[in-house]
Amino acid sequence: MSNPTRRAFLRSMGLLTIGFSLPFSDAEDLPGSLKKTPNINAWLEVLASGKVRVFTGKIELGQGIRTAIAQMAAEELYLPMHQVEVIMADTERSPNETYTAGSASIENSAIAVRYAAATARATLLQRAAQQFETDIEKLTLKNGFVQYRKQRKSFSELLNGQQLSGEVKMPVSLKPKRMYELVGKAIHRSEIEKMVKAESWYVQDLRFPGMIHARISRPPSYDSRLEFLDEKALRKQFPGLQKVVVKGSFVGIMGADEFEVMQAQQWLKDHARWSVGTSLPAPKDLVTYLKSLPGETKSITKRGTLSSNATWKARYIKPYLMHGSIGPSCAVAWYQDGKLQIWTHSQGVYPLREALHKMLDLPLELIHVQGVAGSGCYGHNGADDVAAEAALLAMTVPGIPVRLQWSREEEHAWEPYGSAMVFEVEARLDTQGRIQEWNYELWSDTHSTRPGGNPENLLPARYLEKPFLPKQNLEVNGGMVRNSEPYYALPNLAVTAHRFSGPLRVSALRSLGGYGNVFAIECFMDELAEKARKDPFEFRLMHLEDTRAIAVVEKLREILSKEKNAPGEGVGIGFARYKNTAAYCAVAARVRVIQRSMQVIKLWAVIDAGEIINRDGIINQTEGGMIQSASWTIKEQVKFDTRQPITRDWYSYPIFRMSEIPEVAVHVIDQPNEKPLGAGEAVQGPTAAALANAYYQASGGRLRELPLLLSSYREQSQKEN
Amino acid sequence: MKTTLQLRVNGISHSLTIDPDTPLLYVLRNQLQLNGPKYGCGLQQCGACMVLLDGKAHPSCMIAVDVVKNQEITTLEGISSGNTLHPLQQAFIDEQAAQCGYCVNGMLVSAVSVLKESPHPDEKTIREGLERVLCRCGTQARFLRAIKRVIR
Repeated sequence: MSNPTRRAFLRSMGLLTIGFSLPFSDAEDLPGSLKKTPNINAWLEVLASGKVRVFTGKIELGQGIRTAIAQMAAEELYLPMHQVEVIMADTERSPNETYTAGSASIENSAIAVRYAAATARATLLQRAAQQFETDIEKLTLKNGFVQYRKQRKSFSELLNGQQLSGEVKMPVSLKPKRMYELVGKAIHRSEIEKMVKAESWYVQDLRFPGMIHARISRPPSYDSRLEFLDEKALRKQFPGLQKVVVKGSFVGIMGADEFEVMQAQQWLKDHARWSVGTSLPAPKDLVTYLKSLPGETKSITKRGTLSSNATWKARYIKPYLMHGSIGPSCAVAWYQDGKLQIWTHSQGVYPLREALHKMLDLPLELIHVQGVAGSGCYGHNGADDVAAEAALLAMTVPGIPVRLQWSREEEHAWEPYGSAMVFEVEARLDTQGRIQEWNYELWSDTHSTRPGGNPENLLPARYLEKPFLPKQNLEVNGGMVRNSEPYYALPNLAVTAHRFSGPLRVSALRSLGGYGNVFAIECFMDELAEKARKDPFEFRLMHLEDTRAIAVVEKLREILSKEKNAPGEGVGIGFARYKNTAAYCAVAARVRVIQRSMQVIKLWAVIDAGEIINRDGIINQTEGGMIQSASWTIKEQVKFDTRQPITRDWYSYPIFRMSEIPEVAVHVIDQPNEKPLGAGEAVQGPTAAALANAYYQASGGRLRELPLLLSSYREQSQKEN
Repeated sequence: MKTTLQLRVNGISHSLTIDPDTPLLYVLRNQLQLNGPKYGCGLQQCGACMVLLDGKAHPSCMIAVDVVKNQEITTLEGISSGNTLHPLQQAFIDEQAAQCGYCVNGMLVSAVSVLKESPHPDEKTIREGLERVLCRCGTQARFLRAIKRVIR
C-alpha cells in the first residue's frame, strides 16, 4: 500500500529518482507464477534494439492479456508501450504456466511480469550506478535509458550484451502507483490493427512452403471402430491425395489441394464402414436420467443445523452448452530432422506437449509446441485435439508441414461441451424475512478433461491401434462446485454435490460450474425476496457482509434508479463474486416479453476486479461476457440422439445474431490498492439469473430451466391450454 | 478437372489453373494467400468468409470460383486505399471493436456493403446488414458503435 512518506523522494514528469522507494510488499512469498519460475530472465530480456521482450506462458485469446502484461512491464521499466514486445506460450521460450484459464492470467502471469520487471529495473540501476560511479538516487530512467547528468546508457549497453540473471527476491520495490502512466488506462490492443487490416494473426493464417492440407474421417458415434475403408477406391476418386493414414480407427487424409481433400473427407463419410458403437441414452426426461447415474456424493459446505421443514423449494436445470468458436479448431504440425513442431491455439502448450510425448512416444525435448492466436475458444474446445491429430499425421510425412482444419460440423459435434447440471435448493426464512436455512444440492459431470499431460484426453488417442481410453472417474471436483456456496451470510447452510458421468464428452466452458450455480442461487434469491416481501436489491443487501460486494450491488441499484420500464418490460438482477474469491459482479437485465417470445433490451454490469490494469479490457470482456451469457441463457442447448450430438451447425444450434443484441453498459469500480483480478468470467452467471428474474418481472412467469426461450414457450403453451 | 480462369480480386487480375467448382474462399486463401476472408462454417451460416462481389457483401465459402469469374471481388485487404485505412477500419480501431477478432472480416465487409447502399443507414438497417455474421465473443455492441461513429 502506498507509503506517503516516500512521496518526498519522487520527482514529477514521470521520472523517478531511484533508490528511495520503499518495499511495496512485505510478503515473503513470491507472487503468482514466480513461485514456480523465479528467474528474472525467464520473464524478460533486453534486446539490442532497446526494446524489452517479455515472456508469458499465457496465450492471447481475445481477452486482451497480451496488452495487460505489456502495460505492467512497460510501467515498471518506465518504457513506452511500443518498446515492449510480448512472447506468448511457447515450450521453447516461455515459462511453463500450464493453462490460460480460470481468469487467472492477471493474478499469476501479469503479476510475475510486474515483479520481474521491477527487479530488472533495480538491477539495471545498480549497474548504472557502478558504471557512472555515482549513487542510484542521482540517476533517472526514461525510454530505455538510464541518465546521469549529461551521460546516458541504454539498457542493453548497461548489460554489455549480457542478459539479466538471478532470481526475483522479495521484498521488491514496485513503482509507486501514483506515478502510473499506463496501468489503469484504456490502452489499445495493437493486434486489433492487424485484424482490421487482414494481416496474418491466427493459426489459420500460417502458410509454409510445401504445406499440405489434412482432414480426418470421423466415426458415426464416439466409440465406433473402423471396419472397412476402401483406400483404392478413395485414391481413384481423388488422385491428388498425397497420403492416407489409417492407424486403428484414426483416419486422416492429406493433399496439396484443400478442396480436393475436403471432398475426399465427404466421400469417406459415405463410404467408410464403422461399427455402430454404444448407443447414447436419449431419455425423454434428461434430468431424472442424469440424477439416476452413479457417482460420488460429497458435502461441500455444512454449517449450523438444518431442520427438515424447509418452506420454499425449487429446481433449476442447465443443458449441455457448446463453446461454439466461430473459427473451427486448426493446427499446423511439421516433423523434420527428428523434431516435431506444432503451432496451436491450445490454452496449454506445456500440458499438450506432455500428452503428445506420451501419445507419440517421442521424447519431450523433440517436441516444440508454439501458441498462436486462434478464434476465441472460451475454454477447452477442439484446439488440443486438432493439434494432436495434426501431429499424428505430420509424423507420417517427414519434412512436410501439415495444416489440419476442422469443419464446422466437427467442431460442433466433437468438441467437449459444458456439462448439463441440475440444482435443487430449499430454504427457510425467519419472521424478519432473513434466510435461516439454505440446503443446496447439485448434480454435474466434470468441468475439466483438459489434456493435462494425459493422452486419453486427446480425441485421436482414443482411436489408435493401442487406444488411450479415458479413465472412468466419478469424483466430485472443483469445477462443478465453483460458486455453489452462496456469497451471503447464511447461518445454517448445506451444499452437496453429486457427480455423474453423462452421455456427452464434456470439459471446461467459460466459468465452469459457476454459470449454472450462480443462475440457480440468484434466481432462488429473487424467489425468496418475493416470499420475504423485499425488494430484490434490499434482500441481497440484507445478506451481504463484504463491503466490496455491497458496493457493486448498491452501484447497480443507483444506476437503475433512473430507469423506467415500458409496458411488457421487466428488469431483473443477479450478483456473484466469481469463485467467491475473485471479481465482484452485479448484473441487471431488461427484457420485453411479447406472447411466446422474449427480447433482451439492455444489460448493465457493475464490476470490481480489484486494481484495474486495462480499463477497456475489463469493459470489453464484461460487455462480451454478458452478450455471450445472454445467448447461452436464452437460446442454447446441445441436442443428441442415440448415436451422436445432432446440433451440428448454426441452424440446429442457433446463437445470438445481430438483431438480438441488447444494448450494454458496464461500470468498473477501481480498487487501486487491491490485488488485480481476472475479469473474463465474472459476468456469466449473474447475467443468466438477471435474465430469468427480468422475465419474471415482465411476465409473472418463473422460468427455472434453461434455455429460457424454450421454457417460456412451454410455460405459455401450458397457460393457453 | 482443372481449367484456367481469370479472377479479378482487389483490382488485380489473376490467371489461375484450378478446379472451377472450388469455392471462392479457398482460392482467395490458398492460391492468393489472402487472410481477410476466413473459414467459419462452409455453409453460408456465419459470415466469417464475407467478401464484396461487385460491391455487395456475399459469403465466399460455397460459391464456386467459376460463378464469380466475371465479377469484381473485393476482400478486406482491398477496402483501404493505399496506406489510408477505410473509415470503418479506423473506427474499429478507435472503438477497440474486437475480442478474438475472427468475425471482424465479416463485420467490416458487411458494414462496407451497408454504407455503399445507404451512407446514413438507421440502426435497423445496420443490424440487418450484419445479421449474417456471427460473433461468439459478444463484441456486437462495439461493432455497432464503430459503424455509428462513421455515419455520424
